[in-house]
Amino acid sequence: MSIRLGGVCEPGSTRVNKTGGWRTFRPVYDYDKCIKCKLCELLCPDMSVLEWEDGYFQFDYDFCKGCGICANECPKDAISMVLEEK
Amino acid sequence: MAVIRDLNKDKMDVVEGSYAVAHSVKVCKPNVISAYPITPQTHIVEDLSQFMADGEIPNCEYIMVESEFSALSALVGSAAVGARCYSATTSQGLELMHEILFNVSGMRLPIVMTIANRAVSAPINIWNDQQDSISQRDTGWIQLYAEDLQEASDMTAQAYKIAEDKDVMLPAMVCMDGFILSHVYEPLVLLEQDLVDEYLPPYNPELTLDSKNPMTFGAFADPESYTEFRYLQQKAMNNALAKIEEAASDFQKVFGRYYGGLVDEYETEDAEIILMAMGSVIGTIKDTIDALRAKGVKVGLLKVRSFRPFPVEAIHNVIKNAKVVVAIDKNISLGLNEGALFTETKASLYNTSIDVPVIGRMIGHGGRDIPVSTIEKIVDEAANVMKSGISVESQYADLKEELL
Ligand code: SF4
Ligand code: SF4
Repeated sequence: MSIRLGGVCEPGSTRVNKTGGWRTFRPVYDYDKCIKCKLCELLCPDMSVLEWEDGYFQFDYDFCKGCGICANECPKDAISMVLEEK
Repeated sequence: MAVIRDLNKDKMDVVEGSYAVAHSVKVCKPNVISAYPITPQTHIVEDLSQFMADGEIPNCEYIMVESEFSALSALVGSAAVGARCYSATTSQGLELMHEILFNVSGMRLPIVMTIANRAVSAPINIWNDQQDSISQRDTGWIQLYAEDLQEASDMTAQAYKIAEDKDVMLPAMVCMDGFILSHVYEPLVLLEQDLVDEYLPPYNPELTLDSKNPMTFGAFADPESYTEFRYLQQKAMNNALAKIEEAASDFQKVFGRYYGGLVDEYETEDAEIILMAMGSVIGTIKDTIDALRAKGVKVGLLKVRSFRPFPVEAIHNVIKNAKVVVAIDKNISLGLNEGALFTETKASLYNTSIDVPVIGRMIGHGGRDIPVSTIEKIVDEAANVMKSGISVESQYADLKEELL
């Protein structure tokens, strides 16, 4: 890959920059508590909460930086932050 | 190398410096102008808004903004869609643009901006020195300094030509001393539209923001590639050295006027003492040199037109045979007690075979008048260096001890 003038690139190219590697804590769902209110999806600053066909959510750990905003904002405490282990 | 002027008096008008620059911008056919008024830049953008209101700049948007930060931000987007862009600012306004200055150069957007050089606060001071633009020297913008109105006016068209060159693609500041040049009336030739059309081709960027062919500008660069972006910006600066010379000689072919390329010289051929400076003080220095030459003092002038890129080779060529060089600065690097031109010239000589003593003298801060007597005093000190070596390397030449 060579750098284009000014670093101009095609849209979608940030997909290859996987930013999940910085994470110390990972969010984990408890689907029994989730009421599908979508707040976690809405508030994740990295678009790392993905909606699935059943209306529940999963995390895209390739890009989730573990900031914990989703867990903090969930009205049902359905998300807990768990220490990453090797 | 001598200054070549078209002396056809029939073509001359007596106008204010700000008007001359605004006129030059108009005939360069910008597509977007965005600016926030700040003294002493105000008249430039006032004249431009008058041109806009009178329908004299077709195919152009004038964006009124609430700050200089916004003025330049608006131009980032505009330049990214392929618009030829212009702004003007000074002093605190330029410092408020600091963050965006890096964005513009990093995104390689050839925006041209006039700086009506002014001191920075505190204390508040609206008069001229060059601390504002010198403080932005590492932002990746080309910096050109004009001696008088004709040069400031002509340099504006040259700046677009240099900035938009495919081998450069860097933004450029045209620096003119506030009030001394921006508010003075002088006879000059206003740029003729047909000649500018011949000189400056339309801006034609290779990549633009376009919804039909989406692109991302100003994207993320991780540690694996960030260094290479900076490397490429420096390479473009190196390319600009030749393009600045070229833009000046092409200008001469079309308009018949020439002021030197990266640098210009005055009475340097046999000069033992060479004074270096940038901007309007050049005029005073030339007058002083005329008077001193009449008395037999072998003194000459190196006028630096381009401070970024810094023309190391061109400077060395002029000063290498001198007995002493004085860099005259209207700025100071606090904590070093030196002006930028002095520091950089001195540094550029290290690791070379050129062995010439260089001293630095700082003058004209906050608009303090620069009389011929101050320049004469500086030349006297330089003559002493020839006799007995350097006693004071760098200092204010016009300090009022009685105020301290
Ligand atoms: S921890 Fe932060 S980044 Fe990860 S999913 Fe939650 S809100 Fe998004
Ligand atoms: S914020 Fe909590 S309750 Fe709402 S959808 Fe997300 S996990 Fe479920």
